Amino acid sequence: MKKQDSAIDVQVASAAEIDAVVALDAEITGAAKADYWNDIFDRFAGDKHRAQRYFLVAKTRGNQPVGFIVGEIRAWEFGSPPCGWVLALSVSPAQRQQGIGTLLFEALCGEMKRDGATTIRTMVLGNDKTNLSFFRGEGLAAGPYIELERRLD
Amino acid sequence: MKLQKASRYALYAVLHLASDPDKQFSTAEIAESYGVSIHHLAKVMRTLVRSGLIESVRGVGGGYRFSGNVRRTTLWSVIHEFESLESDIDTPDELRGNAEIVVSGLDAVMNEIDGLNRSTLDSITLKTLLRYGVENLDKAR
Repeated sequence: MKKQDSAIDVQVASAAEIDAVVALDAEITGAAKADYWNDIFDRFAGDKHRAQRYFLVAKTRGNQPVGFIVGEIRAWEFGSPPCGWVLALSVSPAQRQQGIGTLLFEALCGEMKRDGATTIRTMVLGNDKTNLSFFRGEGLAAGPYIELERRLD
Repeated sequence: MKLQKASRYALYAVLHLASDPDKQFSTAEIAESYGVSIHHLAKVMRTLVRSGLIESVRGVGGGYRFSGNVRRTTLWSVIHEFESLESDIDTPDELRGNAEIVVSGLDAVMNEIDGLNRSTLDSITLKTLLRYGVENLDKAR
């Protein structure tokens, strides 16, 4: 797939872009996780990745990656019928508020809809205002599931 | 959870100003648009100016102007200027017997509910709320 607006292309991630994804994630989270992102690439965009898994990258005309999104259609976990999950979304802080996150999200929604998903969901930390307000702005709201957890120590 | 009148008035005013950020509006104009008390709204406007969410413009045709970012300002950033939204369990100062255990448990539950309320309000920007409003009205019609 390839989606583009006047200045940004959204394409399936290629191996050549993983270093940029690692660097972008490290800039945002403060931790470089090369092994993790290489593994995600193998499972979501590599030659043998399973169907209904997606890893898209937004690039400038100069071929510079400025954002990415990872997602998967999963079925019957927690009793849920097939549903698209957004597992990760990042846009370079210097490139925000230009609609790049929306381009990535819409491209992912398009892929998932084409593959049969009728709902898209994600999970966001309660104090992650940037991502929460982004997904709210894209029309996501609290769904029928409630996340519960407890410490094991 | 029940929003106080001041919070509702503040959201009216901020959303009104944010919907046309280049323009300035007087308290009287905003009060008339929403059918609310000009006296009460004037007090709310002073708090909003102090918070930096809006600014007052002096001179002929003066009034107020939105001074935030409509894609970054959330409902909570407006509401928390007026109330904390903390749940209150109406208990006496001194708890007797097993009441202390029950109230302590209730405190934990109320904290969880308050946290969710604040997170939700802090995730919805002014821009998103305006869209929700239009969509809800469209559905209702």
